[in-house]
Amino acid sequence: MKSLWIVAIKEIQEGLRNRWVLATTLLLLALSLTLSFLGSAPTGNVGVRALDVVIVSLSSLSIFLLPLIALLISYDAIVGEVDRGTMLLLLSYPVARWQVLLGKFCGHVAILAFATILGYGATAVALAATGTPIEADSLFAFARLIGSSILLGAVFVAIGYLISAKVQDRGTAGGIAIGIWLLLVLLYDMAILGALVVDQGRTLSAGMLNLLLLLNPTDVYRMFNLAGSAGVSALSGMAGIAEVQTMPAPALLGMLAAWTLVPLAGAVLIFSRREL
Amino acid sequence: MKHTVQVDNVSKRYGQLEAVRGVSFALPPGETVALVGHNGAGKTTLMKLMLGLIHPSRGSIQILGENPAAGEFAARRRLGYLPENVSFNAGLTGRELLSFYARLKGDSPERALQLLDRVGLAAAASRRVGTYSKGMRQRLGLAQALIGEPALLLLDEPTTGLDPALRQSFYEIVQELRDRGATVILSSHALTELEERTDRVIIMNRGLMVANGSLDALRRIARLPTRIRLRLTEGRPARMPDWLDHDGAWRPINGHVVEFDASPERKMEFLRQVMQGGPALDDIEVVPPTLDELYAHFLRSQEDAR
Repeated sequence: MKSLWIVAIKEIQEGLRNRWVLATTLLLLALSLTLSFLGSAPTGNVGVRALDVVIVSLSSLSIFLLPLIALLISYDAIVGEVDRGTMLLLLSYPVARWQVLLGKFCGHVAILAFATILGYGATAVALAATGTPIEADSLFAFARLIGSSILLGAVFVAIGYLISAKVQDRGTAGGIAIGIWLLLVLLYDMAILGALVVDQGRTLSAGMLNLLLLLNPTDVYRMFNLAGSAGVSALSGMAGIAEVQTMPAPALLGMLAAWTLVPLAGAVLIFSRREL
Repeated sequence: MKHTVQVDNVSKRYGQLEAVRGVSFALPPGETVALVGHNGAGKTTLMKLMLGLIHPSRGSIQILGENPAAGEFAARRRLGYLPENVSFNAGLTGRELLSFYARLKGDSPERALQLLDRVGLAAAASRRVGTYSKGMRQRLGLAQALIGEPALLLLDEPTTGLDPALRQSFYEIVQELRDRGATVILSSHALTELEERTDRVIIMNRGLMVANGSLDALRRIARLPTRIRLRLTEGRPARMPDWLDHDGAWRPINGHVVEFDASPERKMEFLRQVMQGGPALDDIEVVPPTLDELYAHFLRSQEDAR
């Protein structure tokens, strides 16, 4: 257990040194500040609570950005170290392979968590400082946004490891990572939309649609945040859907957790069988 | 535990390629062992097997009384490894990396940092490893292998990239470890360098162990001639005396020096003759077969036997 933390701490140390932490935090900070201050201007004073607007824009941003960042940090984690030869040395130490992998996971998720909390949290603080009234309800939704964003990051870090444990060279890993990102973030939803249009509601029931959405972690995240609280769902146009969909929040979180644990377990399994 | 390393009839197959075939040997504590062979002879595979990084296809290995691939780590804490072409995470400093490795081994980082001094890296300790030269990386590699006073050291091509002075201090460190009872396994291409520093030589070829023994034992088995060089005071005569022409095997090196090949049993007799009845001499040089020659001999005899 101790070895796991030693690996995690080294991973964070490296993240600080090669400026991943800095770059990610600044990127999230800049985008969220831009979105909230430019994005809230048009809404004026028509009774919309500003933080709810921010939540809608930030969750749309996170769906694209966090998976990409998470995959970029993680696709190289195993195959890159094997390639450079550093893994050979590390594994000659009294540390098990699952400890190496989970240690890296903790380190990478900590980096993402730090960047998300600081980047998004600063926006909430900035809104409050500029005199926007923030209600407890919105604040709770905002906390949910940050928490689920970190979880979304963890999902894609785990998927990245699975790729990294399986393939033999870094280029392939990078290609597959981009492919997975395109598939889960863009193509999947387009395909569902297309199917809905073609089908005209004949065979695709609401239940089936729910199931299809549950199978994609980014959609689970979207449902969790956009339909999760009344104020937000009214804004996001999800109110209509929210009545149809009956997924309780714990089930959605459970789904995200499963999307983290299953690829992670797969990565551990494949990595421990890998010949060096 | 009588032996630090016990390898029993071990084979390792990668698909079609059998990288190690039926190798057995046992190494007692306090022995320095040279693992010699061409690239692809199975040296690195053998080291990975001893480290437990890969599982043998057949046979068994015991390192410090433990199966290295079983997932028990008591033995690994007492084991140091320097891989061929060692590399590190370039973003961290030498000090940070060494503390990291020390913590993983359960040793105190403070004590490990003294090793930086020992390998001459103290001045560069707070520089990022990415800025290190090849020789400095190699020294850092050696320092991490020495963490925790290992009872078994596996060093794969340890002296590549080290300048002569560092080589010297490297072998001093190895000597010290051996005196403390550590078993040291060195693989190297620089055979002449290993020659005086090993108690045992293991020669590998195409995955097979072709020889295993002390340098003297291998010399006895190989029966290679000893080279004797005579520097003649008067210069080389037009015709050598008959007794000197013992096997017809003498070569002029230059005007004053001639070289003879003497078989192991004829060597002493030949020298006696030279001292008693030979021409006036300035110098005699006796060169036993080198590790290079032994290596070539054993490879040849194995290739012939195929």
